[in-house]
Amino acid sequence: MSFTLVILAMVDILEGIIKALQLIVSGDPTLYGILYRSLLFSGSAAVLATLWGTPIAMLLSLKDFRGKTIIKGFFNTLIGIPTVVLGLVLFLIFSKSGPLGFLGLLYTPAAIILGEAVLVTPILISIMTSAIEAVDPEIVNLAKTLGASESQTAIAVLKEALNGVLLSNIASFNRAIAELGVALLVGGNIAGSTDILTTAISRYTARGDLDLAVALGILLMIIIFGINMIVIATRKLRWLSILGKSPQ
Amino acid sequence: MAIIAELKNVTKLYGTKMALGSVNLQVDEGEILALLGPNGSGKTTLLKILAFLEKPTLGEVYFSNRKVTDQNMMQMRMKSTMVFQKTVLFDTTVYDNVAYGLKVRKTPKKEIVERVGRALELVGLEGFNKRHAKKLSGGEQQRVALARAIALKTKLLLLDEPTANLDPKNAALVEEIIATVNRELKTTIVMATHNMFQAKNLPNRIALMNYGRISETGTPKEIFGKLSKNLVSFASLENTFVGKAKITENGTTLIDIGNNVEVAATSKCQGKVSVFISPEDIILSRTHFVSSARNVFKGKIVEISNFGSVVRLKVDVGKPFTVQITKRSFNEMKLNLNSEVYITFKASSVQIL
Repeated sequence: MSFTLVILAMVDILEGIIKALQLIVSGDPTLYGILYRSLLFSGSAAVLATLWGTPIAMLLSLKDFRGKTIIKGFFNTLIGIPTVVLGLVLFLIFSKSGPLGFLGLLYTPAAIILGEAVLVTPILISIMTSAIEAVDPEIVNLAKTLGASESQTAIAVLKEALNGVLLSNIASFNRAIAELGVALLVGGNIAGSTDILTTAISRYTARGDLDLAVALGILLMIIIFGINMIVIATRKLRWLSILGKSPQ
Repeated sequence: MAIIAELKNVTKLYGTKMALGSVNLQVDEGEILALLGPNGSGKTTLLKILAFLEKPTLGEVYFSNRKVTDQNMMQMRMKSTMVFQKTVLFDTTVYDNVAYGLKVRKTPKKEIVERVGRALELVGLEGFNKRHAKKLSGGEQQRVALARAIALKTKLLLLDEPTANLDPKNAALVEEIIATVNRELKTTIVMATHNMFQAKNLPNRIALMNYGRISETGTPKEIFGKLSKNLVSFASLENTFVGKAKITENGTTLIDIGNNVEVAATSKCQGKVSVFISPEDIILSRTHFVSSARNVFKGKIVEISNFGSVVRLKVDVGKPFTVQITKRSFNEMKLNLNSEVYITFKASSVQIL
């Protein structure tokens, strides 16, 4: 009897997957609207985190100063912050009675982007700092003795740490696109405006629209897998282009 | 001769540790100056100060008669470049490595291609442009680092133990490149080394360093011709022995250096002494031959080092002696490890402190 129930459940799931695939192939506008917003918000968050996180990572890895270990520890700790807790903190900040309430950001795409950027910054800094620290410290002296300025030296170091820098970006994006708590609390999951893959999965599952939920889940996994594959391919292409540029 | 760089009372402290203590040094334009000293004597620190990578804690640095300050340090760095003891390469092709300094100086692309090509030719790496620098052998990597410095055509080239991590064949190649760069490009070179043999043959002048100070400067002939306490204090290398001397009935001095090895010297002395015999003063033979030389010992070859046109052998006669012979002699005598040989040297070749 229980075996029959298991078979029936599996059939249900299979049917759900088939319908989900049909939705994906049909180009359902709701589905693809959610996908587009996810990519846009998470991509923007990763870029923002890179912009303000890279100088911090460079400072932590290349300079010695008092309190450096504490700051590094602080960022490492923040990696594990529950997204819903951060979402709550940001909600309180962006809400009408909060210190940034006057900006009117709550339940807007900007709030999600900012919130996800704050969420992923510790991961980016942590990975990037480790990557830069792994670079031969003599690269700094090498660049300087070849005539590089401070900024040129920093670029030289970043180039040497490129694999780690890329990894920090991928990890940031993956964390952003897969998180739920921040987007839900500061974005509001408004259909057609601030609903993204994770919040939509949550809504459709609660409503019983399993086809849509499964379809969104499949898309999410494809994105995460796909981005990683693109980066690996890009790294290989980078080497080919370097070899192509060097004259005989 | 014009002075290209000068250190005046330069002291460098790292915390409480003194790396350099009140160093005064002039570097003449066009010369090869060797800083000779053991590890930890301050050679690298001195080079980094000349490369303007480090600032002295006390004292002044001058380059082409201009005092080096915080304001002009970046500008001064363009006039000298340093090749580090441990080869450091960018994670890219040989071409991009060698071209880096030229790109930073905004050199036109055509000129970069030309200068990179010339530099690679000078170091014997023509056609290596597209090879990945980090995948080359140790000797090739060191030559890439040299080419990168040579391409810049700086007035001053600083080399930190340029052959320390190389096998004898590559070491000889690098020494030849250094001599060529100095001769053809008229580049002033300051090189740090702990290799006495290298210090004898390559530079115009030597500065002996120990404990962060320069104890002596002079030509190789001045430094090695008359052995000084400073040289032996760190030398403890080839052909330097401590023994007990006694004056014999016929007026010569016999020094017991241990393991039944007694060396005859012309200088009169008694008691505990240090002795040094230059490798080039020792004759190597397959058989014993009669001569006026007082010191003849039988032993076995325990080490062979190939330096291109010369070969250095370590012969164990109870104590290890380093002998230098030409490559041709080495081949003609058909010498190998464990070959039984005789070493012969005159009593007058034995230098006593």
